[in-house]
Amino acid sequence: MYRIISAEFIAPNIKRFEIEAPKIAKKRQAGQFVIIRANETGERIPLTIADSNTELGTISIIVQGIGKTTLELNQLNSGDFIRDVVGPLGKASHIENFGTAVSIGGGVGTAIAYPTAVALKNAGNYTISIIGGRSKDFVILEDELKKASDEVFVTTDDGSYGIKGFVTQQLQALIDSGRKIDFVLAIGPIPMMKAVAETTRPYGIKTVVSLNPIMVDGTGMCGGCRAIVDNKTVFVCVDGPEFDAHKVDFLTLERRNKIYNVEEAAAREHICNYDKMYTNELNK
Amino acid sequence: MPLSNKERMKIPRQQMPEQLPLVRNKNFAEVNLGLTEELARMEAERCIQCPKPTCINGCPVGIKIKDFIKLISDGQFAEASAKIKEDNMLPAICGRVCPQEEQCESLCIVGKKGEPVAIGRLERFVADYERENKLGKLPEVKAKTGKKIAVIGSGPAGLSCAGDLIQMGHDVTVFEALHDLGGVLIYGIPEFRLPKEIVRLEIESLQKLGVDFQPNAVIGLTDTVDELMEQGYAAVFIAVGAGLPYFLNIPGENFNGVYSSNEFLTRVNLMKAYKFPDMTTPVFDCRGKNVAVFGGGNTAMDAVRTAKRLGAENAYIVYRRSDAEMPARKEEIHHAKDEGIIFNYLANPLEFLGDENGWLKGVSLQKMELGEPDASGRRRPIPIAGSEYVLDIDMAVIAIGNGSNPIIRQTTPDLNFNKWGNILVDQNSMKTNKPGVFAGGDIVTGGATVILAMGAGRTAAKAINEYVLGLSNTAS
Ligand SMILES: Cc1cc2nc3c(=O)[nH]c(=O)nc-3n(C[C@H](O)[C@H](O)[C@H](O)COP(=O)(O)OP(=O)(O)OC[C@H]3O[C@@H](n4cnc5c(N)ncnc54)[C@H](O)[C@@H]3O)c2cc1C
Ligand SMILES: Cc1cc2nc3c(=O)[nH]c(=O)nc-3n(C[C@H](O)[C@H](O)[C@H](O)COP(=O)(O)OP(=O)(O)OC[C@H]3O[C@@H](n4cnc5c(N)ncnc54)[C@H](O)[C@@H]3O)c2cc1C
Ligand code: SF4
Ligand code: SF4
Ligand code: FES
Repeated sequence: MYRIISAEFIAPNIKRFEIEAPKIAKKRQAGQFVIIRANETGERIPLTIADSNTELGTISIIVQGIGKTTLELNQLNSGDFIRDVVGPLGKASHIENFGTAVSIGGGVGTAIAYPTAVALKNAGNYTISIIGGRSKDFVILEDELKKASDEVFVTTDDGSYGIKGFVTQQLQALIDSGRKIDFVLAIGPIPMMKAVAETTRPYGIKTVVSLNPIMVDGTGMCGGCRAIVDNKTVFVCVDGPEFDAHKVDFLTLERRNKIYNVEEAAAREHICNYDKMYTNELNK
Repeated sequence: MPLSNKERMKIPRQQMPEQLPLVRNKNFAEVNLGLTEELARMEAERCIQCPKPTCINGCPVGIKIKDFIKLISDGQFAEASAKIKEDNMLPAICGRVCPQEEQCESLCIVGKKGEPVAIGRLERFVADYERENKLGKLPEVKAKTGKKIAVIGSGPAGLSCAGDLIQMGHDVTVFEALHDLGGVLIYGIPEFRLPKEIVRLEIESLQKLGVDFQPNAVIGLTDTVDELMEQGYAAVFIAVGAGLPYFLNIPGENFNGVYSSNEFLTRVNLMKAYKFPDMTTPVFDCRGKNVAVFGGGNTAMDAVRTAKRLGAENAYIVYRRSDAEMPARKEEIHHAKDEGIIFNYLANPLEFLGDENGWLKGVSLQKMELGEPDASGRRRPIPIAGSEYVLDIDMAVIAIGNGSNPIIRQTTPDLNFNKWGNILVDQNSMKTNKPGVFAGGDIVTGGATVILAMGAGRTAAKAINEYVLGLSNTAS
């Protein structure tokens, strides 16, 4: 059992947890993730380790409630327990001093990009962060990223905060302004990652994305997380999660992530009134 | 008056009571119900108590088969169980899943003229009798030696090694990557063949003896082998199994609905997807669908029978060779046929076909014929030109075996592996080239059997004991 030390919503439906897991806290590197099982009947889901505190022996995870497991998870509070936490899984991000590095996070992808952005900064890169959100409320980690970046841009789809538009428009603006960009990291919804890949492709800018297939074990045992990169099948949990954006077959990834849509809708039915609960929580 | 050998040979092999095929193919309860006391004693009477029994040579761990069967015919079931446990820690499991027809029973003298003594069923009977009547006693544990030993992996190799080491007085910690313990016994072999309760009770008794189990620990990532040794473990036994699924590497293998057997079985067994949505993990909804399983081993039989139980309309086995070459246990093939599984022999998949949304719709197959025997002694399948045809399917499970998982290899650079990623060991001691590190089970042999993995665990335990107590002078 893994104790939750603190838990707070940082955006509608997005909650940040600090969880006691001293071994993982000590070991983890940017880009790695854990698999958690919330309770005895729960499924195993992957979540990026956003941060860690080796003194307290805690790791941070940032969870967006989108389905049964994440919505249930987001009902837990400080003092509650998570049944299983295993990790750190996956390969650490490849970090070097590229020169100028742009980290792009869309929605909860910002949380996944954050640890790598910090590592890029620590490696001496001039770091630019672009945070995308549907609207003002969905922009997360802005203060944290300001500390870890030389420049921060915020875009919102509806223009309620920062620049109106998509993260790719800001990226294109940077490229058009003639800035030399040596490395791009993009993490977020699949259409966003695909759009970033297409934005940088004509310029040959090295671009990395973190893939989010459905996983089970996270150790390379089941092959459920397979994706196609460079026309070859990879197991994202052990070979990734980060890959060269220009070589990823996003269409297959997108399709495979829909395998359980029908079943998951049924599972969500069971917890539809949770919606009310977390809105209540937000209004507290 | 005791029976003469002639009379014994006249007793027919006793039938295993089982759930009716058309009932059981809709539930996950165990198929075989177990021999009754009467049936077991009758079966035991069939053993002619050979002066020089050959059966024992067929058992990889050398169970004293003749002696335990004698105890059954005398009605001394608890004693029979104790006799088996001198050599086999997990009789309730091996009695259920050993390929007996290739092992002990293949060498039984009675089988030369008729059907062999049902050694496996008898083994299962005494183990169940002991468990159901709560006669099992925990073995004695020697005085503590103060030595700490790490076992990596909680499958049969790891469990049997841990069981022996704890009795020798060592402190034993078992590290397991998954949240639940038992390896393939828990995530692979289905409930209808091996009830999970049996595995759980075996693990509980190890816990009672003092074995410390640490689930959620992927060695190589959570801690490396070297870090375990730095933490004071005097020896490490690597028993991580063969957990890397092979795919067919044909076009269309990433369509939705194509699974590895590991994923399909893990979702159903470990995560209990058959109880969805009470259990949160989903699996492909097989109800009314056509499902094909590729392969001919135990794993393929488990997968296809699972799909049938999940409601598949047609559940097919697609196998490249013929009936005679199928590696699965005969009993399982027989059970599968009774349950309505359709067998397509001599058929080789060429390509998976999908719809515009990426969902599997069919598979293109080519007919094969058998040619000359290949290196494995089995007749090699040869494609028949122009024989391609399409089988309509909604789901596919690839069950063509497992390679070895790379995590330990990537994180233990000074350990020697062969080109398939199996750890190289000395067969008599399970020692690797790395001092204090031993390995056994499927990670050494490639996918094999429960009893071989268990035997390897026990061999390693003996060698580890000698190593940590300084009884053997060779350091590596
Ligand atoms: C390496 C990795 C790191 C991740 N890190 C984070 C993180 O830090 N924070 C976070 O909130 N999420 C993260 N995710 C995604 C997270 O695992 C999924 O959101 C979660 O599994 C969904 O479970 P659910 O039961 O709540 O939703 P479900 O009911 O399973 O799914 C709801 C909807 O989400 C889609 N979906 C299913 N699985 C995934 C998936 N793996 N990724 C994206 N969409 C999915 C489905 O198509 C469905 O439409 C990560 C995924 C991976 C692979
Ligand atoms: C579906 C199926 C059906 C089978 N049916 C039969 C049968 O009928 N009869 C028979 O005799 N054999 C059968 N077998 C084969 C038999 O199950 C295996 O040979 C046996 O389980 C091997 O035992 P093991 O202890 O070596 O490994 P496993 O049982 O594979 O256990 C290894 C354990 O190590 C864990 N692990 C892996 N990597 C790590 C790591 N880095 N850190 C920590 N833990 C790790 C795994 O999660 C797993 O729990 C079957 C196999 C399958 C898959
Ligand atoms: S352990 Fe297996 S091979 Fe040995 S006697 Fe029992 S059933 Fe036969
Ligand atoms: S070979 Fe057969 S008959 Fe002879 S002792 Fe063994 S089980 Fe009994
Ligand atoms: S999640 Fe099972 S192999 Fe990656």
